[in-house]
Formats: sequence, C-alpha cells, structure tokens
Amino acid sequence: METLSLLADGFAIALTPGNLMLAMIGCVLGTIIGALPGLGPSNGVAILIPLAFSLGLDATAALVLMTAVYYGAMYGGRISSILLNIPGDEPALMTTLDGYPMARAGRAGDALVLSGVASFVGAFLATIGLMLLAPWLARIAFRFGPAEYFALYILAFSTLGGIASGNQAKALIATCIGLGIAMIGLDNATGMPRFTFGNLHMMDGIDFLVAIVGLFAVTEVFVFIESHGRESALGVRLGRIVIPVKDIILAFPSMLRSTVIGFIAGILPGAGASLGSFLSYMGEKAMVKDNSRFGKGDPRGVAAPEAGNNAAAGGALVPMLTLGVPGSGTTAVLLALLMTLNITPGPTLFTDRPDVVWGLIASLLIANVVLLVLNVPLVKLFVKILMVPPWVLLPGVTMISFVGIYSLSGSSFDLLLMIGFGVLGYFFRKLDVPTVPIILGILLGNNMEDSLRRAMVISGGDWTYLFSSPIAIGLWIAAVLGFVAPFFLRGLLKRPQAITD
Amino acid sequence: MKRLLKRYLTGAVLGLAMAGTASAYECIAPANPGGGWDFTCRTIGKIMYDIGAVDKPVQVTNMAGGGGGLAYALVVNERNDDPDLIVAASSATATRLAQNAYGGLTADQVRFLGAIGADPGMIAVAKDSPYKTLNDLIEAVKSDPASVTFAGGSAAGGFDHLKVLMMLGRAGFNDIRKVKYIGVDSGGDAITQAVGGHVQAVTGDLSEVVGFLKSGDMRVIAVFTPARIPGFDDIPTAREQGIDVVAVNWRGLYVPKNITDEQYDTWVERLRKVAESDEWKAAMEANGLAPFTLLGKDFEGYLDEVIKEVAQLSRDLGVIQ
Repeated sequence: METLSLLADGFAIALTPGNLMLAMIGCVLGTIIGALPGLGPSNGVAILIPLAFSLGLDATAALVLMTAVYYGAMYGGRISSILLNIPGDEPALMTTLDGYPMARAGRAGDALVLSGVASFVGAFLATIGLMLLAPWLARIAFRFGPAEYFALYILAFSTLGGIASGNQAKALIATCIGLGIAMIGLDNATGMPRFTFGNLHMMDGIDFLVAIVGLFAVTEVFVFIESHGRESALGVRLGRIVIPVKDIILAFPSMLRSTVIGFIAGILPGAGASLGSFLSYMGEKAMVKDNSRFGKGDPRGVAAPEAGNNAAAGGALVPMLTLGVPGSGTTAVLLALLMTLNITPGPTLFTDRPDVVWGLIASLLIANVVLLVLNVPLVKLFVKILMVPPWVLLPGVTMISFVGIYSLSGSSFDLLLMIGFGVLGYFFRKLDVPTVPIILGILLGNNMEDSLRRAMVISGGDWTYLFSSPIAIGLWIAAVLGFVAPFFLRGLLKRPQAITD
Repeated sequence: MKRLLKRYLTGAVLGLAMAGTASAYECIAPANPGGGWDFTCRTIGKIMYDIGAVDKPVQVTNMAGGGGGLAYALVVNERNDDPDLIVAASSATATRLAQNAYGGLTADQVRFLGAIGADPGMIAVAKDSPYKTLNDLIEAVKSDPASVTFAGGSAAGGFDHLKVLMMLGRAGFNDIRKVKYIGVDSGGDAITQAVGGHVQAVTGDLSEVVGFLKSGDMRVIAVFTPARIPGFDDIPTAREQGIDVVAVNWRGLYVPKNITDEQYDTWVERLRKVAESDEWKAAMEANGLAPFTLLGKDFEGYLDEVIKEVAQLSRDLGVIQ
C-alpha cells in the first residue's frame, strides 16, 4: 500500500504537461537514435545531456527526458534489425536472427508490431519489478563474485554453438574470432597492452559498435553492390498491416520467460542488456517444443530477445540506483546525469530522495506507454522505409553510421577499422560463417576473461574456487546441459525423420 | 513527406552533437560521458561560463581512447597552440604519463593548469570485516599476503592499485608483487565485491563509498589525506595511524604547450575563479570532493614529484621496464 502511495506521489511529480511533452519528445528522439546504426542508447543519452542543461531543466524533468530517450532507444534498436538486418544498437543484435527473415517474407509489419509489444511487456514488467523489489534485488548482485560471473559467461558461450541453424563448427570458429578480437587492448589483470602494436587507438580495445556497424551495415552495402539488391528485403512487397494477434498470443509465454531472464541479467552489473537478450533468445530456443523455425523467422525468436533486452534495460537501473554501479554504458551515463544533478545513487537513495526515485519510476511507466502508443501506429511509417529505393537508403544508412561512429571517439581510425570489418564480414558472408557469434565474442569475451583472471588472483590459482558456491555450481550444470543436451536431443528428434525420408 | 520529416529529425539529432563547435571554448573529456573527466569538463566549463570567467560557453567534446592517450596525442601533435582548448585531467593522467602509457609522450609536452578539488583516496572494508584499523589490515598482509585481496576500479598498475602499494611500502612491506589486487570496472563494483565477501578490502576514492558508508554496509578504515576531511570527521587519516601516505585523485586541467604565457595565466586565473566560487563548492560537496587547490607553477611542481614516485613503483611492480 505504501508503494502505491509513493508511486502516486511519483506520478504527481512526473505527470505535468511539461514533463509529458518531454516524455513524448524523448521517446521520438530515442526511437530515432536507437534505429540509426552506430548511435546507441548510451551516445543518445550522452548527446542530449548538454541539451537538458541548456534548457535549464530541473532534476525530475531532466530524468523524464533522459529515461524516455533510454527506453526509446531500446525500442528503436529493433527497427533497423528487422528492416535492414543491421542492428541499431548492440542489444538489438539478436533481433536480426528472426526479425529480418520475417521482413524478407513480407511480414515486416508483423515483426515490428510483435517486437513492439514484446518490448512493452519486457520493459513494463521490469519497471514493476524495479518498483517493488529494487532494494531487495540489489542484494543478488552481492552474491556474484568472479567465479559466479565466469560460470555465467560459460553458460552463455556454451549455447552459442546452436545459434547458427546450419554449421556448428562455423559458429564455433566465429566465436573464437570474436574472442580473439576481444583480447586486443589493455589487459586488465596486468595493466599491459596486448596486440595493440603500439597503437594508442587500440589501447581500449575494439569498440563493439565499430564491429557491429562494420560487420553488418558495411557488409550489407558490399553484398548489395554485388547482387544488385536481389538478396535484400528491400523492395519486398508489403502486405496490409494488421495487428498479428495470433503471433502475439503464440509468443506471449516467450515474452514472459524472456522478461525474467533479461531482468536478472540486467540486475547483474557484470552482465547487461546484450547478455540478457542473448540468453533470452537461446533459452527460448531451448525451451519451446518445436524450434525448427528459429533463425528462419519464428515470431517467438523476435519476441524473446526484444522482451529480454528491454527487461534488462529496466533491470540495469536496479544496481545503478541502489548500488551506484552502472550495469551498462547507458546507465553509466544516467548515473553521471544524476551526479551532476547533485543526486548520488547508492543504498540510501530510496530513503533519502524518494521524490527522485518514484518520479523516475513513474516517468519510466509513462515513457513505456507513450512508446507503445507511438510504436504500433508508427509501424506503417517505419515499413515505408523499405519502399525507399535501396540505392538511396543503404548509402544513407551507411553514411549515418559513419557519423555515429565518428562521434564516439572523434578519430578516423575507427572509420577505417569499420571498413575493415565490413570487408571481413563480406568474406564471412561468402563462406557462410555467421557474424552474430563474432559480435558476442567481442561483447562478452573481455568480461569472461576478466572474471576468470580475477577468480585466479583471489584463489591464488586454485581452480576449485570456480565451483565454490551453489550459484556457480548451478550455472556450470546449466552450461554443461546447454552444451551437451543439444547433441542428445538432436539424436532423439532427427533420427526418426531420417528414417521416414 | 514523412521521409522528409525523418530526415529533418535525423539532422536535428546529429546537429545537436555538433552544435556550437564554433564560437566557443572547448573542453576535451578524454573519456566517454559518465566518468570523472566528463564531470570535470561539464562542471568546470559550466561554472566558468555561469560566473562570467569566460565570455563564451565551454563546449564539451568526449574523446575516449587509450585511457586519455588519444586526446593527449591530439593536443600534442595537432592542436599544440590552440588557446581556446582545455583538457580534463586527473591522477590517472599523471599515472599513465609516469608509466609511459601514452605512446612515448611525456608530461612536459603539455602545460598543466592546476587542480581544484580532489577525491581523497581511502581503504574500506565490509561492515563485518575483522579488520578494524588500517594497521590490522596491514599486519594481515604482512603475515600472509595471500589472505587479503584488494579490489579497485582501475586496472592493475592503475592509481587504485598503486595507492595500496604506497601504503604498504610506507609500512615497511615491499614485496609488492605478492599483494593481491583485482581491477574491476568501477569503484561501485569493487564495493559490491567486498560487501559480498569476495574480496577483503576496497581501494578507491571516498566519493565512491559515501552511500555505503551511510547505509552501514562499508567501513572506511583510513583516508589518504593530510588531515581529516570536513563532513567525515570520524574517519581517521592514514597519517594519524602511523602510515604517512597522501594519495588523492585530483581533478584538474591541462592546456596545449605552445600557447603564450599570458594565455596560460589567463586560464589559471579563470580556474582560480571557479575554485573560489560557491557553485564549485556546492558541486564538490555533492560529489564527495575535498578542497585541493594547486594552480600554475605550484601544481607543476607537485606533479613532478607524483610522477617520479609512480614511475618508481611501476618499475618495481613490473608494469614498466
């Protein structure tokens, strides 16, 4: 009951006409920022911080605007994933797997509406979770030490083989390439640079946005040039846009399960939205009865990662608010915003500044509803993008990606690197090597290695430390099952088919 | 029509990123938004303009890369005489210069303006830790270095790591390669690890631990400042516990080397005005910074000493040859 009255106070703070206006603007801007490859939620929020200051917004108004942009970008990332096979930001990576095939089959509108609803379910439930359980949930983060994080990453990687529906060996090679790229940069455990060739640009490692834009957007341009656009969703005839009620009902249990997985990944500061959407997708693929359509345009494969990454976005606010530990790049920026507004997140924030916390939660709920309302009707507009002549659209998108990447570091080196990744991606496409595992290797490899190295420092090199807690052991068991089970299951499922053939 | 709208909105978004690069001073934060350098640029830049110390707004540019090295190289190689440019710096800048981590560039290739605030270094333990004082902890390390793991928000060889080594060195323990240290992503991460019992002590800045101090999850057993910090009067300094170490994470600025002395002095004056303003005092308090004002020549002298000590420690540690 107390929660409700606090929430009512929060709404009283957030629901002024001015703030609603800001929420609207934030949602629209965020959606656009999210949809543009190379511009993710974290640079979106960062770019707009100076705007919030120059407009002289107070703490609540600034938060309303920024959280609207944050959630908006999380919603928006899926749009280019589905329409162009280019993830708008890193958590939207998994959405390309089934979203783009749906678009190619002429169901772009369905995929967009479905993923919009999934995003709403994930983000909305995560916000409720944040509201009811935040102080208690923060305690979960304490349970995760290096050993537990390492087991979590092992779990993620053990399911990677199944990501590409075709050749598992190629997925494995791709993962290893990603892990190799993740090695570049400053080694956290010794402070020494690795594989940087004395180049300062390489010191911080390869930014995964550079890799994503290169491997997806630039590669897409090369393939497009070669095939004169035949192998593209662009120019696909569109059916009438209706709300795909059947798909939504079919995918609804997936959304709920993915929300839970994504939310937990979000709460853990070392995990984050990318891991959340990845685990949601793989978990869903493992759990549903018939997963043969995954990777070919299964609606559940669109709903799961979107619910997962939006839930993770809400979950990531838990450690940010209660521990002052940002779980992702974007929450790091939001944390900085709070600090400059003289609000220091930490265990006492909920009691010291209830106005801020509940104002924030209320504005998250508002942003969510606004986004749902905006997104479903706007699908028509987004889908029209596919009717833009591809020779205008693709170079345009690529140009925007270049600007986005340049805004990250202001160095031309990243642009060259991006083109390099594009060439690499082109050859991988020719060799039928999936690129998603490469990105995941880059995204998660560093954290996995750091966890292992930290665990080894703490234990003095004793590897039994990795299995020293119930959580770690549980994750290891899940990882082993996730890796081994597919082999047995395939035997059980496929063999009878072979006979009937 | 709608396409046109989208194009305009896109233009607006991108325009925001680039707006105002003309007719403004520029402060480069050599990191992504959200860190200490970003705070330095945004806060100092804003106060400078608000109190009228500068006549044009200060535009913040984020240039992450090489732990600040990219921005450093840019200033040295390309904008060596730009009088409208300031760059955020902190102890991390000095540490990396001392460790030759900026690709051969040295501290004398720019001019440091000064520091106007510092985050006091500290050692904290979880509330139920058996170590009640700094000496309890140091004794534990001395008798069995493997029994204590320190966690901090910088990589091995970074400033958080070096603080521990300085402290232990002053206490007579010089076998620094035996000291167990893990570098995590942020001070908050380090604290989470300590509260969870995965590590025994946290090395970091006071501002990082303030919330956990209030909630009672963490105890700070020593701060590395010359005197106790106003507002945290019950936390003893290391010095009063017999360990003479001062280590603060200062927040300051540098400018290109080849600007004129008048231009340099103008910037020092502007920074002094910020340091003396009420706005800066409020910002310091809100962010857990302690007063630490060293400007111009004084600061350059201080920096030389720090860089010398860090270089020596890093050689002992094997981070540099």
